[in-house]
Amino acid sequence: MLLRHTPKKITERKALMINPAKTCQPIGAMYASLGIHGCLPHSHGSQGCCSYHRSTLIRHYKEPVSASTSAFTEGASVFGGQANMMQSITNIFSVYEPEVIAVHTTCLSETIGDDLPQITKKAHTEGKIPKGKYVISASTPSYVGSHVTGFSNMVTSMAKVAEPTGKKNHKLNIIPGWVEPSDMEEIKRMVKLIGVESILFPDTSGILNGPLSGEYKMFPDGGTTMEQLRSAGDSKGTLALGEWCSADAARWLDKSCKVPCSVLDMPFGLKATDRFIDALRIIAGVNIPDEISSERGQLVDMISDMHQYLFQKKVALVGDPDQLIAMTEFLVTLDMQPIHIVTGTSGKKFEKRIREITKDMPYEVNVKAGGDMFLLHQWIQNEPVDLIMGNTYCKYIARDEDIPYVRWGFPILDRQGHQYFPTVGYKGGIRLLEKMLGVLMDRLDRDAKEQEFELVL
Amino acid sequence: MAKKMRKVAIYGKGGIGKSTTTQNTVAGLVEMGRKIMVVGCDPKADSTRLLLGGLAQKSVLDTLREEGEDVELEDIRKAGYGGTLCVESGGPEPGVGCAGRGIITSINMLESLGAYEESEGLDYAFYDVLGDVVCGGFAMPIRDGKAEEIYIVVSGEMMAMYAANNISKGIVKFAQSGVVRLGGLICNSRAVDNEKEMIEEFAKKLGTQMIYFVPRDNDVQRAEINRKTVIEWKPEATQADAYRGLAKAIDENEKFVIPTPLEIEELEELLMAYGLMEAA
Repeated sequence: MLLRHTPKKITERKALMINPAKTCQPIGAMYASLGIHGCLPHSHGSQGCCSYHRSTLIRHYKEPVSASTSAFTEGASVFGGQANMMQSITNIFSVYEPEVIAVHTTCLSETIGDDLPQITKKAHTEGKIPKGKYVISASTPSYVGSHVTGFSNMVTSMAKVAEPTGKKNHKLNIIPGWVEPSDMEEIKRMVKLIGVESILFPDTSGILNGPLSGEYKMFPDGGTTMEQLRSAGDSKGTLALGEWCSADAARWLDKSCKVPCSVLDMPFGLKATDRFIDALRIIAGVNIPDEISSERGQLVDMISDMHQYLFQKKVALVGDPDQLIAMTEFLVTLDMQPIHIVTGTSGKKFEKRIREITKDMPYEVNVKAGGDMFLLHQWIQNEPVDLIMGNTYCKYIARDEDIPYVRWGFPILDRQGHQYFPTVGYKGGIRLLEKMLGVLMDRLDRDAKEQEFELVL
Repeated sequence: MAKKMRKVAIYGKGGIGKSTTTQNTVAGLVEMGRKIMVVGCDPKADSTRLLLGGLAQKSVLDTLREEGEDVELEDIRKAGYGGTLCVESGGPEPGVGCAGRGIITSINMLESLGAYEESEGLDYAFYDVLGDVVCGGFAMPIRDGKAEEIYIVVSGEMMAMYAANNISKGIVKFAQSGVVRLGGLICNSRAVDNEKEMIEEFAKKLGTQMIYFVPRDNDVQRAEINRKTVIEWKPEATQADAYRGLAKAIDENEKFVIPTPLEIEELEELLMAYGLMEAA
């Protein structure tokens, strides 16, 4: 009982967060940066920040993650980090030769007030940035928002690379949000099947799920190219998946480059995928290809075949806002009962959205934005659930309370496959169902009395 | 299409009269029909006292502390004299926390809440910034895309000029990579001998102009006691006309430069030349 000190009685807490359901802004910024081809993420701050962010990403993706740091010392925090940043730019371009350096800030550099746009402009004027190379930057203080905010800030900086020429390129920008490399691959596959030419950014497929080839490539072949990002301002439109992860970048392109945008939910589950596919169909002006209809049919088939095992099963969810919104809707579609929902990212509109999705449910939903896993555990103690879905940190609750548990979200530090098997789209929906049914049925088998132990489920 | 909003920051040594000068100038601009937002960037939160008729404003950071991150524009912006929109950044109590970060936080918050949007129909945004540019936070108002013109309030006293010179150094750094420019020195007279001539010469050496000479007048203090700008308290006063003159000079100003700060020796020579080595 590792969490035996978590009391059942819920007392209101204002100052204390226990087992937070979020992490640092720069982790999100670093993940987004890795979705640019030939990009070296750079952490403008002390060395410890950079090490922690890299190691968290490495533990989740099981791939090498290179990133550089301004390596602040006491001197840099007194005099400002401009000198360190300038030296970093020179060193990085001469030693590692990336196409682009994506700089994110840290708590320290934000607090002392380093102004990265000013520093990068100065580097540019002084000729420290080789011709054809780029330095982009995002402001990511960890004491504001969460890893989701950092991701969104860096994706917005990527959007700002756009250089509209006035001549349309007839492509569609798709901003997938913080999903797995496998999910980005799956989104590209669906988009291609419908016949839409797209610019997907960021795109970590091929970078954080690459093959072991025996040859180390510091900059793998995948990622959105700078050329694609430059032409994103000439696209005919932008589809942003997820209000928290992707909407800021899309709205910036809309406002500054007159590229109209629409913001959709992330395509997890049946209905959200329907809306995504429908949007693509309208843009392409085509009928939905048979291949996609058939995948949808398979998902619907599996839902109806297995409905009895899902019906009225209570679920506790923890994760990030965009993912949770789509997942809650999916669970409601399955006639399951998401009753406890926690995200570490703040925002009243999250709670509002979840209440909308669950408004016809015959029970009260506990939902909290800016909550923690301690609270989730207390809720579960008061109203037990049949299933927990969330990142690796849920394993402590699942073990103590003996509840079936599906790993989904970020970070997953102790199971494999998420990099390779998508959970977006209809096929992803099938995989989510497979995982949920797997743990629910394992539990049935484990607990069945000898005379009730079924061969066929 | 609306005229582009002018974004002005007022700097100067602590106690030189930045807040008083800013608010009186703003009152003068209001009389000229301008729509203005004043953003106080001082932990003391007294930059809008005369426009609001007292320290009536709840600061951005207090609101943030008490109500969390979901802040609305109406919570932190209050209408003052002649429809000016007043905002105070506020800050931590003396001796704790980081006032510089406070300024960064509150300006970012104003931006994300849309206080600077074209739809607000503003002609001017004024930043009244505390004392010297002591750290990165106090330079926030002059970062790229924020204030574009800066006026330094100065007097003929050594330390005021020393601070003005230092502030100019800060401006150079941001001007080289951005659009921020020095619009001039505002001489807030301390009735020092040859003050006007000296500041004119100082301005010339900095590559700028003395945009206006505000004479010393006790009506300013009287108006302050009444929590009003001179223009509001006694519109017919000579001093009210002085501020009207300053407002007009700023409104019509077209001289914006990257300053050329002086070496300390040069600054001291200037003081010697005008024969006024006052005790600091």
